[in-house]
Amino acid sequence: MSDSKTLSEPTRTEKNLFAQLEIDTRLLGMIGAFIVLCLVFNFLTDGRFLTPRNIFNLTIQTVSVGIMATGMVFVIVTRNIDLSVGSLLATCSAMMAVVQTVIAPEWLGLELGHGMIAPMAILVGLLTGMIIGGFHGWLVGYLTIPAFIVTLGGLFVWRNVAWHLTGGQTIGPLDANFQLFGGIGGTLGETGSWIFGVIAVAASLYGLYSARRARLTHDFPVKPIWAELVIAGIVTVAILGFVAILNSYEIPTRRLARMFEARGEVMPEGFTTGYGIPYSVLILIAVAVVMTVTAQKTRLGRYIFAFGGNPEAAQLSGIRTRALTVKIFMIVGALCAISAIVASARQTFHSNDIGTLDELRVIAAAVIGGTALSGGIGTIYGAILGALIMQSLQSGMAMVGVDAPYQNIVVGIVLVFAVYVDILYRKRTGS
Amino acid sequence: MPFDIDRTGTPLIELKNMQKAFGGIRAVDDVSIDLYPGEVVGVLGHNGAGKSVLMKMVSGALQRDSGEILVNGKSADINNPRDARNYQIETIYQYLALADNLDAASNLFLGRELVTPMGLVNDAAMEAETRKIMGRLTPNFRRFSTPVAGLSGGQRQSVAISRAVYFNAKILIMDEPTAALGVEETAMVAELIDELKKQGIGIFLIDHDIHQVKNLCDRASVMKNGKLVGTVEVDKVSEDDILGMIILGKKPEIAE
Ligand SMILES: Nc1ncnc2c1ncn2[C@@H]1O[C@H](COP(=O)(O)OP(=O)(O)O)[C@@H](O)[C@H]1O
Ligand SMILES: [Mg+2]
Repeated sequence: MSDSKTLSEPTRTEKNLFAQLEIDTRLLGMIGAFIVLCLVFNFLTDGRFLTPRNIFNLTIQTVSVGIMATGMVFVIVTRNIDLSVGSLLATCSAMMAVVQTVIAPEWLGLELGHGMIAPMAILVGLLTGMIIGGFHGWLVGYLTIPAFIVTLGGLFVWRNVAWHLTGGQTIGPLDANFQLFGGIGGTLGETGSWIFGVIAVAASLYGLYSARRARLTHDFPVKPIWAELVIAGIVTVAILGFVAILNSYEIPTRRLARMFEARGEVMPEGFTTGYGIPYSVLILIAVAVVMTVTAQKTRLGRYIFAFGGNPEAAQLSGIRTRALTVKIFMIVGALCAISAIVASARQTFHSNDIGTLDELRVIAAAVIGGTALSGGIGTIYGAILGALIMQSLQSGMAMVGVDAPYQNIVVGIVLVFAVYVDILYRKRTGS
Repeated sequence: MPFDIDRTGTPLIELKNMQKAFGGIRAVDDVSIDLYPGEVVGVLGHNGAGKSVLMKMVSGALQRDSGEILVNGKSADINNPRDARNYQIETIYQYLALADNLDAASNLFLGRELVTPMGLVNDAAMEAETRKIMGRLTPNFRRFSTPVAGLSGGQRQSVAISRAVYFNAKILIMDEPTAALGVEETAMVAELIDELKKQGIGIFLIDHDIHQVKNLCDRASVMKNGKLVGTVEVDKVSEDDILGMIILGKKPEIAE
């Protein structure tokens, strides 16, 4: 038996560096691959890939898929799949566009740019996503129709419900406040971004500190203090570095002048300022935090992973597994709605093809991010990193001048290869 | 070791005329057995005799077609695993029903997590409780923060047993608890059963090892083809008598 092994484990001293830091080596591998990818593209594009401008664009382009990928983690962890997210995004986008361009001005008589239009549209979008998602979950959980089939049906249905809602028309322009969530049109500015960065650092450090304190009060073994400090240092540098990069992408002078004009002021000579963090990226960060807390710190999350690891054990432990499935698909629906806000605001109008093929990107992001289709394994940060890697790959190739069809060939191959590497990794580490 | 059980009072749990059919198969057909505090009742029979199905009706994993379950003399309405837990009925399953991807503490508290005042799961507190309880049962256990997939069969089973002990099981169902275990681990489980018995817990033990049954159980109920052959006090019959009940469905003279 392995008892002898377990006995010697705590006394083993020559643990390697990463083990002492207790960092997920898989995460490190992904970050490493991402960095290599960025450096290669930076080399191939003569330094254009890692400019503040391109990094800014990359983060904006990642948001929509990244948000949905966090929900896909829950779906795949419970051994299901959701093929309908792109279509559901389209239906949510169509509903919100209709609220903004038809219901608010024509039925309710709100004037253009009224402050209630955006909140109303968002509320309607979220409800639409949750109701449809919950319906999918009910079909899967209670009627026991395989998720693959339910959401394959959903892929057809919701894409065309969206078409029906808008009469096949492109609808726009969307409400000005709503458009703030699109990316470049709504950013925190330099000061706001620094404040956000400092708060984020403080929150992260407090999180590290309180986790350590909790372990100490129970007399559990803790990491050596230098390891904690190294991690704290990395986190601090990463957050503030990210803010610094987004702040150093400067708003073009002409655009800046127009912004001053709009406020009835004159721009001082030689004035420059950066964009800072886009609101859409803040949304992704908020989603990531909420979903991570849900996954790791709530009963719901615990049950999702337990159900994924062993459905029978979960049921025998008294977990209401069918209701759980409904909740998971409802969460995905809500996330599709949030992605719909970002995606439609980014293009400033609703179009029929919005979110097309997103289901594949989202699934690929989750899987590249380490979510195992066999269930029970997956992380939120992994999925977001997966989305970022996919987007970088695609943007990078576009910058190098690779045609779109070839880009897709590469992305497809990378997906399969990434999963193969993951399988090898798990075999070796026995996890 | 078996000692005299006082069977004059109300049984801890009484199963009356339990029935369960799957399609045309009568998996459990009119079975009645009972269990007294501090008693171990072996449930024996060939594969497919209906032992697991009978026990699953008690643990709420399956709903009975008809029959009655009395806990402490009162009719108990058990329709799902949560109901059974409310009656302090805990089950240790044949196939080690743990979520492989979660650690020992998460498994031990699955469905009954300790939470912080904010309603978030309190992992530190759960790990502390797990260390305490598992420290008593398996003092050498150290791997509290790795997924249970990496544990040996015996360690996994002690997680399941710790769960029953922690939540103050009054009635414990063990469905072939040693089926996946080695010799030493089986001995450990046997020791545990004796320990729990002394605390007044009643145990239904499904086991194929007649020798073990003779050692651990006070009574044995034998099933065949879904029907109860009979219930005997193990000290008053021979191993051959019990084998005869299992194989031939033949009740020895002495049986109740
Ligand atoms: N969920 C089920 N669906 C259909 N038949 C079942 C189910 N569970 C058990 N059975 C059948 O009921 C009978 C009794 O099974 P079981 O109680 O598992 O036997 P054992 O005594 O070996 O534990 C067997 O014929 C088995 O095939
Ligand atoms: Mg069985």
